[in-house]
Amino acid sequence: MTTVQTPDTRPAALEIHDVHKWYGAHRVLDGVDLTVRPGEVTVILGPSGSGKSTLLRVINHLEKPEIGYVSVNGELIGVRRHGDRLKELGERAILTQRGRIGFVFQNFNLFPHLTVLDNVAAAPVATGKLTKPEAQELARELLGRVGLGEKTGAYPRHLSGGQQQRVAIARALALRPGIILFDEPTSALDPELVGEVLAVIKDLASSGTTLVIVTHEIGFAREVADRIVFIDGGRVVEQGPPAQVLDHPQHERTRDFLSKVL
Amino acid sequence: MSEPPGAAVSLAEAPPADSPAKPPTAQRVLPLHRPGRWISTAVVLVLVAQIIHGLATNPFYQWDRFRYWFLRPTILDGLVITLEVAALSAVLGLMGGVLLALARLSGSPVPRAVSWVYTWLFRSVPLIVVLIFLYNFSALYKTLSLGVPFGPAFVSFDESRLATDMTVAVIGLSLNEAAYAAEVVRGGILSVDQGQHEAAAALGLPKIYQFTRIVFPQALRSITPNYVNQLIGLIKGTSLVFYVSLLDLFGSVQTMGSTYPGDIVPLLLVATVWYLILTSAVSIVQFYVERHFARGATRTLPPTPLQKVRTGLGGLRARLRKEAAV
Repeated sequence: MTTVQTPDTRPAALEIHDVHKWYGAHRVLDGVDLTVRPGEVTVILGPSGSGKSTLLRVINHLEKPEIGYVSVNGELIGVRRHGDRLKELGERAILTQRGRIGFVFQNFNLFPHLTVLDNVAAAPVATGKLTKPEAQELARELLGRVGLGEKTGAYPRHLSGGQQQRVAIARALALRPGIILFDEPTSALDPELVGEVLAVIKDLASSGTTLVIVTHEIGFAREVADRIVFIDGGRVVEQGPPAQVLDHPQHERTRDFLSKVL
Repeated sequence: MSEPPGAAVSLAEAPPADSPAKPPTAQRVLPLHRPGRWISTAVVLVLVAQIIHGLATNPFYQWDRFRYWFLRPTILDGLVITLEVAALSAVLGLMGGVLLALARLSGSPVPRAVSWVYTWLFRSVPLIVVLIFLYNFSALYKTLSLGVPFGPAFVSFDESRLATDMTVAVIGLSLNEAAYAAEVVRGGILSVDQGQHEAAAALGLPKIYQFTRIVFPQALRSITPNYVNQLIGLIKGTSLVFYVSLLDLFGSVQTMGSTYPGDIVPLLLVATVWYLILTSAVSIVQFYVERHFARGATRTLPPTPLQKVRTGLGGLRARLRKEAAV
């Protein structure tokens, strides 16, 4: 690893410490360490099957790591310290923690039976953070921000893929998360719709929100990322600023991967 | 139909057949002729007419006696019992089914095993056996309740005979219904995309909210047709409560039939027509319930029958006008 950690008094926005994850005998994550500073935009690259999506899902505890821990803004996720050991938290506590971590899925996963407005307003109301009128007000504002102020009454099925993903981003923002995770947000989109989603993410990045993005859009990564993390075989192979990792990769595997996708 | 080929072409105002080189101005696609449909329609109509004629004129059916019995108070009393038993069992059975399905899908092995055994047991035992078993069981518990004065559940058995029979019937049908409803509900929940569970979990929505607002409403779309199937089976299944001495629709017909043996056929017709009416009512409700849950799942909702008739008439009118113009 080549980055030099600058001293920062704030807790890391995200700290992943020696995370291991198995599916049966298959080792998906093999001791991942990663620290993300507040406001930093991190892009995770890697070949398919390298464990990058699993790593993202470990951060909000959709997947439980067998070894290691994740903390977001200084708070352990899904576990608590019990002496010198880690103990799993109850379902309710985990759900509360997830409210502080936004997640945007590859397949949008909007709620098809709810209108766009209700999709965005549901979580703040259900978790007791806002009243219904407040949540709807916020939802209108967020939908306006992603350029869908006119679509509040539509059902997700009536929208294009790009519009659906923008609603999904607004839905993640509605809980005012400290960090937002994107799992290949443009991979399910038609090429001409990719740009509108990336524009929204870029806008978020420039607003100082901490973002962790798994993507195959190398050009976008170069443009938006403060740091690029290359993962292969469940390990961080190399990380650093885009100019370093993309243009002067240190490792053979990184070079090999980039030669295929660039 | 054996129309000359030119007739259809003239509809589209295509150029006459002697100038084939000229391309048609409006590229209207002519629908394919389907003479088979007209022939089969005619055959079916003739058969239906024959059946109706037979039903109406055959003295065997005794339609005058049918008219006499159809709205008799004894029959209507039976109908009310049928409706009460069916409605109570449908609601209790569905509630039980939802609980059993949730238990079956839970991560914990004990509720999963309990749910599995329950479903296995009540799907294996015939309903009539359950009912008669409960009927005798209740008699047993009535004598037991004398020795256990603080058993509140047993108090109801000391009431009138009818209430007891009603209770036995509803419990028996609900127990049976819950076992089948459990599988219907479980199938519905499994049909909801895994991504929906994940999205709800990722947003940190409380567990109960996830189920009641996100997963179950989507599951209802596939639960509805299957549960209505169950419900129709249940309505007909209520006819078995006659064997625990409850005079439902079928029970009333059966009793009247043994008192007036000459009227057995019209009485059976009365029961048939009432069951047809009940099933039709359920099917109509089903249509609107399904339409309600289709919101968001389909781009356009299916038209209601009224809308269908309206557009059908509109289309017919337009066609007639066009043909008149030619």
